Amino acid sequence: MESASGVKFEAELDREFAHWATTVPGGENIRECIQCGACSGACPMSGYMDYTPRRIIALVREGFKEEVLSSRTIWLCASCYACAVECPQGINITDFMYALKERAIKEGRYPKGFPTPIYAQEFAKLVRARGRSTESLLVIRANLRLNPLKLLKFAPLGLKLLLRGRMRPSPRPEQVRDRAGVRAMLAASGGPKARHEHER
Amino acid sequence: MSVREYVYYPGCAAKGTARQYEESLLRAFRELGLELVELEDWNCCGSSLYSGIDKVGALSLAARNLALAEKAHPGKDIVAPCSACYLSFLKAKDYMERYPELRAEVDRALRAIGLEYHGRARVRHPLEVVLTDLGLEEIGRRVKRPLQGLVAAPYYGCQTTRPYSQFDHPFYPESLDQLLRALGAEVVEYPLKTKCCGSSITGMAEWAGLGLVRALLLEAQKCGANAIVTVCPLCQFNLDCYQSKLTGLASPIPVLYFTQVLGLALGLPERELGFARAVVSAEPLLARIGSGG
Repeated sequence: MESASGVKFEAELDREFAHWATTVPGGENIRECIQCGACSGACPMSGYMDYTPRRIIALVREGFKEEVLSSRTIWLCASCYACAVECPQGINITDFMYALKERAIKEGRYPKGFPTPIYAQEFAKLVRARGRSTESLLVIRANLRLNPLKLLKFAPLGLKLLLRGRMRPSPRPEQVRDRAGVRAMLAASGGPKARHEHER
Repeated sequence: MSVREYVYYPGCAAKGTARQYEESLLRAFRELGLELVELEDWNCCGSSLYSGIDKVGALSLAARNLALAEKAHPGKDIVAPCSACYLSFLKAKDYMERYPELRAEVDRALRAIGLEYHGRARVRHPLEVVLTDLGLEEIGRRVKRPLQGLVAAPYYGCQTTRPYSQFDHPFYPESLDQLLRALGAEVVEYPLKTKCCGSSITGMAEWAGLGLVRALLLEAQKCGANAIVTVCPLCQFNLDCYQSKLTGLASPIPVLYFTQVLGLALGLPERELGFARAVVSAEPLLARIGSGG
């Protein structure tokens, strides 16, 4: 695939991906991006990312699908919308990041062992099953998948929160009354079916 | 005194890590004649974590809440104290207007459970409700315990003012500054007032989030603040709960909700405002506030 120098041939780029990106919310006008870098400058997370937001846009436009979908960048976006407001071309980069996350999950391309996509999946499972998330349960479930030993690290803070009544002591999680309704609605919304089956 | 009624959407944090936000919000608003009626059978707002998994599902979750509110409380505004929920609803309303094909999918999902979305209910942040529906003058008149001794860094975080900026500037907001001054507090010029705290990323990827938390706390202290006052559960959680992991702070700095200090200024008892729930104790500060007045 990739040559030793990291150069890719045009034929190895994914044109479908580059086109798809212009059809999702936030991606409509990425072709107008002037690569000014205002987004990367405004982004509080860019120092921790493997590609800055500006570079992500550049990669997407050329069809570097693998690099983008397996990047940490899209999972480090904290959704602060500084980039979206700063962009002189009116590109809603934050919303575009959501579309990239969704596609990365759909294709199973997210960076393995990285916490955010695991949390997002466990969060979605909780909400699908109960209509609401319970913070403590989310932390437990995500870390059981990531590294159960890390739960020990959360224990001191968990205890502090418990003592202050900021964490539910009972094992009964938060939930809506009409759980069947929420499930029926999400099923009818045509959400990713493969994943629903996977969760059974 | 006339009572105004609103639909209250708590969101998950208000029932967990942000208990003191809910307690102080409900108490202070009741004192001001602003009645918050909790939305019956509300569900997850479809927050950022869900949006990264399933866009239509996230919009449907948001829309179910909006549709329930419209149906049960026609003509009433929705008040969402959590910045993430507030943004989820504003975004859902915006998307339902701008993307007809997404709207068709959401409408179909809602029809499956006998609901309909009209987009009539306004979504509002409690900070804006206080400032618009009552106004600074009225608030000033209600102050019983001016907050002398509180030197506050006003911290808005990101999603309350961005990207929709319904009531204030996306990067240089002033509304919280004004409210705090009206309550008798001193307000420092806090350059990081709309910088992100890392939101839920801070809990998930501490190595990245702690850098932001550190900058926010140190800057507040260097500006001379003796407390940070915020409007968002994620901001409060990150700045309060991760403080012990950082070095370099001259002393611990309490992180308070604006509704807690509002309640305090209205003369409400401290124990009814949830101050004891913070990890970083506000006791020494509370002992000083208003005592000289």
